[in-house]
Amino acid sequence: MFRYYLRLGLLSIRANPALSALMVAAIAIGIGACMTIVNVRHVMSDNPISHKNDVLFHVQVDNWSPDEPYEDPNEPPEQMTYLDAKALHDAGRAYRQVASFKSGRVVQPAGDDARPFQETVRATTADFFAMFDVPFAFGSGWDQASDLSEERVVVLSSSINEELFGGKDSVGELLRMNDETYRVVGVLAPWTPVPKFYDVNNNPFEEPERIYLPFSLAISGEFGSGGNTSCWKPSGEGGYAAFLASECIWMQMWVELRNDAERQDYAEFLDAYVSEQKLLGRFPRELNNRLSTPAQWLENRDVVDDNVNMLLSLAVLFLIVCLLNTIGLLLAKVMRRTNDISLRRALGASKSALFSQYIIEAGLIGLAGGLLGIGLTWLGLQGIENIYAEYDFIKNLLRMDWSMIFVAVALAIVSALGAALYPTWRACSISPAATLRIQ
Amino acid sequence: MLKMKSVSKTYRTDMVETHALREFSLTVDEGEFVSVTGPSGSGKTTFLNIAGMLEELTSGTYELDGRDISSLNDRERSKVRNEKIGFIFQSFNLIPELDVFDNVDVPLRYRGFNADERKRRIEKCLDMVGLTSRMKHYPGQLSGGQQQRVAIARALAGEPRFLLADEPTGNLDTNMAESVLDLLAEINDGGTTIIMVTHELTLANRAKRNIFVRDGQVSDGPPELHFAAAANA
Ligand SMILES: Nc1ncnc2c1ncn2[C@@H]1O[C@H](COP(=O)(O)OP(=O)(O)OP(=O)(O)O)[C@@H](O)[C@H]1O
Ligand SMILES: [Mg+2]
Repeated sequence: MFRYYLRLGLLSIRANPALSALMVAAIAIGIGACMTIVNVRHVMSDNPISHKNDVLFHVQVDNWSPDEPYEDPNEPPEQMTYLDAKALHDAGRAYRQVASFKSGRVVQPAGDDARPFQETVRATTADFFAMFDVPFAFGSGWDQASDLSEERVVVLSSSINEELFGGKDSVGELLRMNDETYRVVGVLAPWTPVPKFYDVNNNPFEEPERIYLPFSLAISGEFGSGGNTSCWKPSGEGGYAAFLASECIWMQMWVELRNDAERQDYAEFLDAYVSEQKLLGRFPRELNNRLSTPAQWLENRDVVDDNVNMLLSLAVLFLIVCLLNTIGLLLAKVMRRTNDISLRRALGASKSALFSQYIIEAGLIGLAGGLLGIGLTWLGLQGIENIYAEYDFIKNLLRMDWSMIFVAVALAIVSALGAALYPTWRACSISPAATLRIQ
Repeated sequence: MLKMKSVSKTYRTDMVETHALREFSLTVDEGEFVSVTGPSGSGKTTFLNIAGMLEELTSGTYELDGRDISSLNDRERSKVRNEKIGFIFQSFNLIPELDVFDNVDVPLRYRGFNADERKRRIEKCLDMVGLTSRMKHYPGQLSGGQQQRVAIARALAGEPRFLLADEPTGNLDTNMAESVLDLLAEINDGGTTIIMVTHELTLANRAKRNIFVRDGQVSDGPPELHFAAAANA
């Protein structure tokens, strides 16, 4: 019977093309509006490193002022001082550890007519690439030894490798930045984690840095912080050395811990470290260390914009209005088909048979609405991209994956079925004798 | 066997109550061909609708094949309608989006026959009403008489034991009406019980039994008698 009902549904849709088109359009527009926002929210709330979510931990220690917490109610600082990042990294107590920060350099491309340009870079310890599963196209990262010996090496992103070296395997090539020469040791494959989970303190949706270089090199070269820096007391006279020795936070610290035992050990190590620092007169607050998984960290930092949540409620309301419209249209359709319905009842269709017939027809309309809705979602995303063309990072939010396409179609069908319930119930309660008494 | 005992049907609208049937009692045996006549508004269609379980009765009892209809739920009623009863309506009531073949197919679909069985039955019935060549036509492409014959084929396709016809020739000219009557007589000869409402005396006389409905009540006897009585009243 399913195929029969399917055929009847298609026939009925063809027989009332205008009405059917209106219904499909109403559902598609509602779905399009909803899914555009759902998509953006989905990308924002994604966890690009979910496959390592149970082994990666963002590290926080509370070096903040004795008088007030970094954030209410009692949140430890979201970044780390150089002192602590350096000490924790060098202790090497985790399976892997990464201390890193965002900075900036002036890139001086080879060739006489090429103009130098400003570029954000990431100074990081060696484990960064292995720990975050960063994909390489050519070469590799540097090792701990290079870290220690402050070797002048860089890893390039695929896009800047494209710009500087035409996309070829540039391992071994030289790159000049701020009048110093670096050797390329690795080139990444395209890699755009959204959100940029390893550093969400600045815009979490912007592109990752395009140049990576050793942490120790950046420190000895006195690289400044290119991201947010917060201090609870002045860092005092003495330039860069004083800044390094200050309680200012500007670094991101991550560790990889493979199991509960390692986590337990590391937590104890952190407590011991802070207690020891307290003896030296630092860490005036109570012990307040945190190890957060990427998911917890993204959640804690509220990466999903509140505006997006508000937009989402508006979009859902809009979808509901579209569905109310669809209910009206379906009712009109049922009324027009009273004849057909009572005739089928007279010829032996039970209420449940009619119910199936009409629900399947509604499902077909939902399916069409969903497919068209996907198209409209795509247009909606393009629209957002055009409106916010000046913000580079926006395009990182405008992806549509299979799960979203599935959600769109499922939502459309469920919506259509929901909208069809009342009209279908009305159809089923039409009496078999309703229109047969035509004299 | 169809057996109604003291059946009443009352329509209530905001303003008035209409007693369409009053203490209506009638028994129709297997294989009968019954014509139903009576003045307009006397309750003939109401009787047929109740007989065909298209409407509920207000009071009284109705047994079809020894089963009390009031005890059946929607599914069972639909099944009885589908399997035992064929309807022919005055205004042919074909589905315009479906071609002739698919129109005749409708009751068979609800019956759950497989495709071969349906095809066999549809072809047989269309052959009986002489419309095999119009299988792929749509109702809008047929004459009134042809449409009515499609409706008859549809009523016969399920091989029902009862055929209920409400003025089956009302919209046809005399020749066509006669040929439809020939067809009904032939079907009745095959054993199908037929109850036919008609306004036309000559057609009523071709039935084996005549009943007359007046003010929602029924009496047996040749229609001339009643027509005369009605005229004198
Ligand atoms: N749905 C309804 N609501 C209210 N009254 C109704 C309804 N259907 C029928 N009636 C009334 O019931 C009475 C019987 O109607 P019915 O259709 O059975 O007459 P009929 O004998 O078939 O007449 P005709 O020969 O004109 O077809 C009429 O008075 C009619 O107005
Ligand atoms: Mg009538």
